[in-house]
Amino acid sequence: MIVNPFVVFFAAIFTNNMIFSNFLGMCSFIAVSSDIKTSIGLGQAVTFVLAITAPINYLLYHYVLVPFGLEYLRYIVFIVSIAAFVQLVEMIVERSFPALYQSLGIFLPLITVNCAILGVSLFMTIRNYNLITSTLYGLGSGLGWMLAIVALAGIKKRMKMSAVPEGLQGPGITLIITGIMALAFIGFSGIVQIS
Amino acid sequence: MKQTKTIFMEGLWGNNPIARQILGICSALAVTNLMKNSLVMGLGLIFVTAFSELTVSLIRQWTPKHIRMMVQVLIISAYVILVDIFLKAYFPDISTALGPYVGLIITNCIIMGRCEAFAQANPPHIAFIDGIAMGTGYTLVLLTIAFVRELLGFGTLFGIQVMGESWVSWSIMIMPPGAFFMLGILIWILHTFKEKNQEVAK
Repeated sequence: MIVNPFVVFFAAIFTNNMIFSNFLGMCSFIAVSSDIKTSIGLGQAVTFVLAITAPINYLLYHYVLVPFGLEYLRYIVFIVSIAAFVQLVEMIVERSFPALYQSLGIFLPLITVNCAILGVSLFMTIRNYNLITSTLYGLGSGLGWMLAIVALAGIKKRMKMSAVPEGLQGPGITLIITGIMALAFIGFSGIVQIS
Repeated sequence: MKQTKTIFMEGLWGNNPIARQILGICSALAVTNLMKNSLVMGLGLIFVTAFSELTVSLIRQWTPKHIRMMVQVLIISAYVILVDIFLKAYFPDISTALGPYVGLIITNCIIMGRCEAFAQANPPHIAFIDGIAMGTGYTLVLLTIAFVRELLGFGTLFGIQVMGESWVSWSIMIMPPGAFFMLGILIWILHTFKEKNQEVAK
């Protein structure tokens, strides 16, 4: 099946959003969404890591694992390549951009265990995307994730003024807000569609 | 024996991974539209958590401190591959329905969290029991959410029609927003319940 890479790109941002339709990367989405500035920082880091690890894992899968018939090892290979890449990024950023490292520092290592990163690599192998589509899918998923977390941070900022029932405070109300946002994002379905 | 009971109470109620620690909710939201998928996912997670904790605990004296995260991830991946191959061989349709979420058990924070926080500091048999307890706590929450979502969304339980012919399905329950609302409401109920309990205890 031939899919248009740009359709995949826009679908990954809006209709097949990582948060609202695939539920990936929820832990940091809920925990690190109280401040808009931090959310943007984390979103950028996730987008960057996704846009690079998707093609790397594509190449590893199709040129190393498939020729040797080792597809079942993909979980280990993907997670190791993601961890290694995040480590590398951390070192480069620390050396060359100390200011950026200061603002991102804590979130960079956390990205390794963000399931959105591994999820994109697994989805792309399951759906048989080619190299360009995979890269755009990674980039689009990252942007979609960033859009979701920044929007949530904006809503949560306003929520501080409102009286939330005691048991619902914290993660409870965050999940309800996310549900309403997901409901709004369903409005995008029909624009672009990927299976 | 008493310790086993305490560990189980922690996993099922006091320290329940989803409801209390808000860990591993990605898969809890994604697979809960059907009871069958939730049960399989839960059993897979119990297996991986229990054996990963056992292995981490067994080799904890020989694991260098600074690479222990990497070692833990590799151990977890190995068990996830076993689950994946098993599902593909014996339950191919469930394996397709769960899609990438079986593989995503690797990044499920419950397992990493328990390996890091519990298995590193406790003897193997206790770590193994803790893994089973945490996995069971997770499975119970999954089944509770799936029960409501499948009942209202399809009118069925484990694929068996229970709501009668005239039942109009709530399609919102099987769509993503339904998952968010259900988990939010469940956490709300559990928190309120716990606060009441604490007040009584005081």
